[in-house]
Amino acid sequence: MTFDKRMTAADFVGQLKDGMTIGIAGWGPRRKPMALVREILRSPLKDLTIVAYGGPDIGLLCAAGKVRKLIFGFVSLDAIPLEPWFRKARESGAIDVLELDEGMLQWGLKAAAMRLPFLPTRVGLGTDIMTHGGFKTVKSPYADGEELLAMPALRLDAALIHVSRADRFGNIQALGPDTYYDEWFARAADKAYVSAEEVVERMDESYPDPADAKTSIFERCFVTGVIPARFGAHPTSMPPAYGWDMGYFKSYAAAAGEEGGWDRLNADIAAGEEAYLERVGGEKIASLPLPIF
Amino acid sequence: MSASDFTLAELLIVACSEAWRGNGEVVATGIGPIPRIAAGLAKLTHTPELMMTDGEAFLVEEPVPLGPRGDYKPRFAGYLPFSRFFDAAVWSGKRHAMVTPTQLDRFGQTNISCLGPDYRQPKVQMLGARGFPGNSISHINSMFLPQHSKRVFVEGEVDMVSSVGYNPARTKGVNTDHLDLRLIVTDLAVMDFGGPDHAIRVVSLHPGVTLDEVQEATGFPLAVADEVRETPAPTAEQLAIIRRLDPHDIRAGVIKGNPAGIRERA
Repeated sequence: MTFDKRMTAADFVGQLKDGMTIGIAGWGPRRKPMALVREILRSPLKDLTIVAYGGPDIGLLCAAGKVRKLIFGFVSLDAIPLEPWFRKARESGAIDVLELDEGMLQWGLKAAAMRLPFLPTRVGLGTDIMTHGGFKTVKSPYADGEELLAMPALRLDAALIHVSRADRFGNIQALGPDTYYDEWFARAADKAYVSAEEVVERMDESYPDPADAKTSIFERCFVTGVIPARFGAHPTSMPPAYGWDMGYFKSYAAAAGEEGGWDRLNADIAAGEEAYLERVGGEKIASLPLPIF
Repeated sequence: MSASDFTLAELLIVACSEAWRGNGEVVATGIGPIPRIAAGLAKLTHTPELMMTDGEAFLVEEPVPLGPRGDYKPRFAGYLPFSRFFDAAVWSGKRHAMVTPTQLDRFGQTNISCLGPDYRQPKVQMLGARGFPGNSISHINSMFLPQHSKRVFVEGEVDMVSSVGYNPARTKGVNTDHLDLRLIVTDLAVMDFGGPDHAIRVVSLHPGVTLDEVQEATGFPLAVADEVRETPAPTAEQLAIIRRLDPHDIRAGVIKGNPAGIRERA
């Protein structure tokens, strides 16, 4: 048997099941594993619980009716602050939610990664996060006796992550100024599926420099599948390779207010990944400017 | 010397920058154009110890101007990506953020999550609570509210309490040692939490604004400082720095009509 985790997007989606809890790495409109999300959109999967710092991944999955429950710290497209399709889903009461502080989400992933039932925090106390989330508290056993919120582990059946480079063993390199909480999504999941702009045979042969190796933000023992996906973050940003696609976001947001808007957006996606990328600009994606903050 | 020709936005930037005075080595986060320019102004004038980021992942010692950068290249002094932010800046208390929530109530509780009485099906879904719960219970916070009205300064509690305030009914048994709400700057006045039991208190009125106007635009009774001053006009030096930090005049688009800093009395 050869040691090779490479698979197709179809293989990946074939390993998912209805009702699973799936974590989607990235942050808002940045570094989202959109090729994998689109593959879910093309599949019959349903009743998913999604855990994310949400962007268009959440909007699309909500629009397609894939989401039963959303566990989130926020959903936004940054330059378009309110995610239009997420709004529609919430304002029609279509999805269950567990709303978290951004730090609590990280804490839940870390608890899962460390195989702990919960991690204590002050965050969430005194707010409606506590009211709506039904969180329990725990009392410090030490002299301070402080009452803290017990953030439960957010164990994931699967995590979806998009990186710059991966090899067939599952070694990865994530370039760009910030990789957010991607590492904790990987470690909190039973199976992490990693799409990559570039897939090589062996990282130690192609990119052996220490500076490159330092961009390996999680370990290959957590990686189940490696899926080649150049432009796999489109329309979100993937620094340093390309920025987000503001033109796409604008028409995506406008479609939420148009009759048949979803059908039009979905038709591009349903046509298949290759056709989708061609439709949204093909090689031009490589020259989408990096956002300025 | 105060300048005589300045916009309301510029007056507000100067008022906002005061929030960070004397804070020392904390990360000054200004969300939105006016708070962000204000944080830069604070660092370049009265509080050089402040730390700040390029808006993304790197620490800079020279505040990065807003908008397209042309030939300007930020120089990085350190690294503070989101993945380190909670540990290093938020939960450690080494931060003072100025934010613009959609609603604020008499307790200083804010809402950026959603509007309406039914949480399961909100009237308007906004961002979600983001980092507000953790920010409010961990470090200093101030607010910039460019549209002082009863829609923002609500009569009862905010619809979804996203940040902790001085509300005894909600903070019973909660360690609020690090809860520290400082300044509220609006298009009408500057307020703090210096009233009885941390009540919101008017400390200065912008030129041409009366106390009655401020109270009239607020959904709850305001406390009033013993001596209510006029919000100081920017100096020529401050205006020069503001122009440098905002070369594309993004600040002009923040307040409708970009009014002058000194208003005609109604």
